[in-house]
Amino acid sequence: MPEHTFILNGERVTVDIEDDVRLLWVLRDVLGVTGPKYGCGLGVCQACTSHLNGRAFTPCCVPVGELAPGDEVTTIEGLPATVGAELHPMQEAWLEFDVAQCGYCQPGQIMAAVAKVRQAREAGREIGEADLDEIRNICRCGTYHRIREAITAAAKRY
Amino acid sequence: MAGVGRRRFLGYVLAASTLTVAAQVGEAGEAAAAVPSLPEPADLYDLNDMLTDAALPTSGLITVQVHEDGTASLALPRAEVGQGVTTSSAMLVAEELELPLEKVRVTLADARPELLFNQLTGGSNTTVSTFTPIRVAAAVARGRLLAAAAGLLGVPLAGLVAKAGVVGAPGGRSVTYGELAVRAASGVDVAVSVALKERAQFTVIGTPRGRADALAAVTGRKQFAMDVKVPGALPVMLCRPPTINGTVRAVRNADAVRAMPGVTDVAVVPTGVAVRARTFGQCIDAVRALQVDWGPGTEDGASDESVLKELRAAELPLVVPPLPLLTKAVDARFTFHFASNSALETNCAVADVRADRAEVWASLKSPIVAQEKIAARLGLPPTAVTVHVTEGGGSFGRKLFHDAALEAAEVSRAMGKPVRLMWHRTDDFRQGRTHPMATSRVRATYSLGQVLSCEQRHTSVATDFGHGLGEIITAMAAKLPVADLAFSETMFALTQQTPYDFGVTTQLLSEVDKGFNTGSMRGIYSPNVRTAQELVVDRLAAGTGSDPYTFRRRFLKEDRARAVLDKVAELGDWGRTMAAGTAQGIALHPEYHSVVAVLAEIDCRPQTTGRTVPDAYTGPRVTKVVCAVDVGLAVNPRGLEAQMQGGIMDGIALALSSGLHLQDGHFLEGSWDNYFYTRQWNTPPELQVVVMPPTTGSPGGAGELAVAAAMAAVACAYGRATGTMPTVFPVNHGGPLGFEPLPTVPPVPQSPTDGRTRAY
Ligand code: FES
Ligand code: FES
Repeated sequence: MPEHTFILNGERVTVDIEDDVRLLWVLRDVLGVTGPKYGCGLGVCQACTSHLNGRAFTPCCVPVGELAPGDEVTTIEGLPATVGAELHPMQEAWLEFDVAQCGYCQPGQIMAAVAKVRQAREAGREIGEADLDEIRNICRCGTYHRIREAITAAAKRY
Repeated sequence: MAGVGRRRFLGYVLAASTLTVAAQVGEAGEAAAAVPSLPEPADLYDLNDMLTDAALPTSGLITVQVHEDGTASLALPRAEVGQGVTTSSAMLVAEELELPLEKVRVTLADARPELLFNQLTGGSNTTVSTFTPIRVAAAVARGRLLAAAAGLLGVPLAGLVAKAGVVGAPGGRSVTYGELAVRAASGVDVAVSVALKERAQFTVIGTPRGRADALAAVTGRKQFAMDVKVPGALPVMLCRPPTINGTVRAVRNADAVRAMPGVTDVAVVPTGVAVRARTFGQCIDAVRALQVDWGPGTEDGASDESVLKELRAAELPLVVPPLPLLTKAVDARFTFHFASNSALETNCAVADVRADRAEVWASLKSPIVAQEKIAARLGLPPTAVTVHVTEGGGSFGRKLFHDAALEAAEVSRAMGKPVRLMWHRTDDFRQGRTHPMATSRVRATYSLGQVLSCEQRHTSVATDFGHGLGEIITAMAAKLPVADLAFSETMFALTQQTPYDFGVTTQLLSEVDKGFNTGSMRGIYSPNVRTAQELVVDRLAAGTGSDPYTFRRRFLKEDRARAVLDKVAELGDWGRTMAAGTAQGIALHPEYHSVVAVLAEIDCRPQTTGRTVPDAYTGPRVTKVVCAVDVGLAVNPRGLEAQMQGGIMDGIALALSSGLHLQDGHFLEGSWDNYFYTRQWNTPPELQVVVMPPTTGSPGGAGELAVAAAMAAVACAYGRATGTMPTVFPVNHGGPLGFEPLPTVPPVPQSPTDGRTRAY
């Protein structure tokens, strides 16, 4: 079976698995990293959103064979370490606004939010209503409003 | 002073090594208030009362333990699916026990058959039915801790004060609950009578608190069923039929599929062909590769049009006799299409079935029924089946049922191995339960500014109540005010209320067609029934030349309803001038001893409906929502606010965008980009929820409350903005489909491979 090596939450990992298995399953079923959730496997719901080299992506849509040894995958579990803190400021804001209901979508929401803030900044602006409208992550519990509040607040703090 | 003149409650100290106290689940329903003039059954005695009363005769206990580390724990016989009951229950313990909230741990109890009716999470009933017993248990514990402290410190009880997990004595000496936990324990079971705090003494109940599991949720540590690690429980997915409830005739290539990478087993079960593999990705590959000959399903060839015909044929007649001269009538008929109650977490369960026993992990709101049905299917005694209730990733009616748990048990038995079974998203939409399609005919008559009659005939595809509510109704039938009705008609009578004094008021249900997989959906009938009614109220207001708000206000039966209506009208600036193509709508909804009002503003102008978002439906946008809610007493106003926000998002979706299309015996929707639940681009930019100060002093239902009011307010706003009362829901149902339907064979699509290029 082919071996695949990449960096997961700051540590080098190697897995033995067929090339075409999507990364979400390698994370959840092989490596036991269960922060990224399954909601569709179609790149639609965004529940699995994690970061690849600092950008938001859906691991359900990336065959593990496409990862190179230098690729850095960050899941919700590894997010705090990217800022060297117990919690990322986005997670802190999530607590402050008590965003989660069932919580199933929230790891993906937070990972998307961090990327959205960064994306807006790269475009030379702070995140605004139009950016928030673009977030595709489903929250079937309907926490959208608090997500908007938390992102807006967090963006002012880091 | 304690308890003088106050109602006392019975609790227990149970024999255990550390302080363990308990109280009986369920509380006598309060005597119903008299309602003038021919009340409907639900005014007097509603579903929630029935669930609360059903709890009375059981011997089941809610147990609170105090541990040596100074924490207390409670195993709640309910499901947590996002509604926040673990947090609100912890608050009840913290309040009476005088322990900081963060020192209270609430877990979910396994199925406990002796609880009978008392382990059903439904009808927004959890807080209503556990409000007293949890506090009683905690109060018993506090009493024991104080007594133990008196003994230890050698001081009289009267001088001791329990606060923040510490008992303090005069002169500054103190001892912690942790130090007292073993000493306060009892060697035998003892009954104790306690008085509870008065509302004025509350320091935790009624204060806004964050969710107990918030940190776990934001760090990804919160464990759902699919995150539970059970040795050897490999992923399982099913290859499901192309039509609703289709059957397996033959599998043509089982051996070839068994030889695919990662695949360990292939087995036929009643619902399809199950594949077990090292990863779900390999399950998907195998499901797609399976060649199956399918037999007929239960609804082959059915379509929205054919079901509508059935519904129209089954509609019950209206009864109000020919009208006197000068009387006018509003006569309207509404169609509510099938809607999906799929949560973000698809149906899923872990099962480990052995020859003589079985163990199941799943989020279940009716775990005792699940345990019984699984045991029956496996041919095991119920005592040989252990059912663990996991945290749920949303429910919306789905978790009342145990579809995945039963299926996982069957697959585990067929394969002789532990399994972690999960439905594919596409299956969850197409073969999963739906909220049934329905029509509602409403006719109201009025004359000289008075409404003389309001009749409603709701006709629906049958709702499945085979999850325990049915059993409760059977057992409670004798004491219900609606003798001789079928289950569904009883449910209808127990849940539907008309909040207005509209003269002769009748609401009747008839059902057709049991071939669909159905269930309730954050409310059973209310969102549709009340939306139809509130739209007719707007017509009545127009017919009598009145303003929709003042018209409602005038006819409302209850002051509490009037208060929430006034609140949203005031905060939402009702009647303000708005641009053409935009409008306000206002509606309210009473249920389960609670009442909520919603004011919505909608923008139906072309520049808004014409917005483009890739692979999405945009349509009108609800630009502002103001909601006021009175639940009698909000245990956790912050959690209540979240519930209202969620219900509002559901109401917006049900009114405007989220419906299923039935064609050729299957639903066309297969992903969240087909089924248009509210997304960020349709979230109201302005949203305000006001929790009213306590009114009745005891908590009413909240989980389902906002959906009906929000759906109705949005529908009313839409009608006023466009000048045409909407009669089909969701309003976009008849429009262009908005997506390319996925094929039905193979039943699930392959995962894309372009994730890297879409990274942002
Ligand atoms: S599971 Fe990856 S986008 Fe839905
Ligand atoms: S919190 Fe439940 S799906 Fe978002």
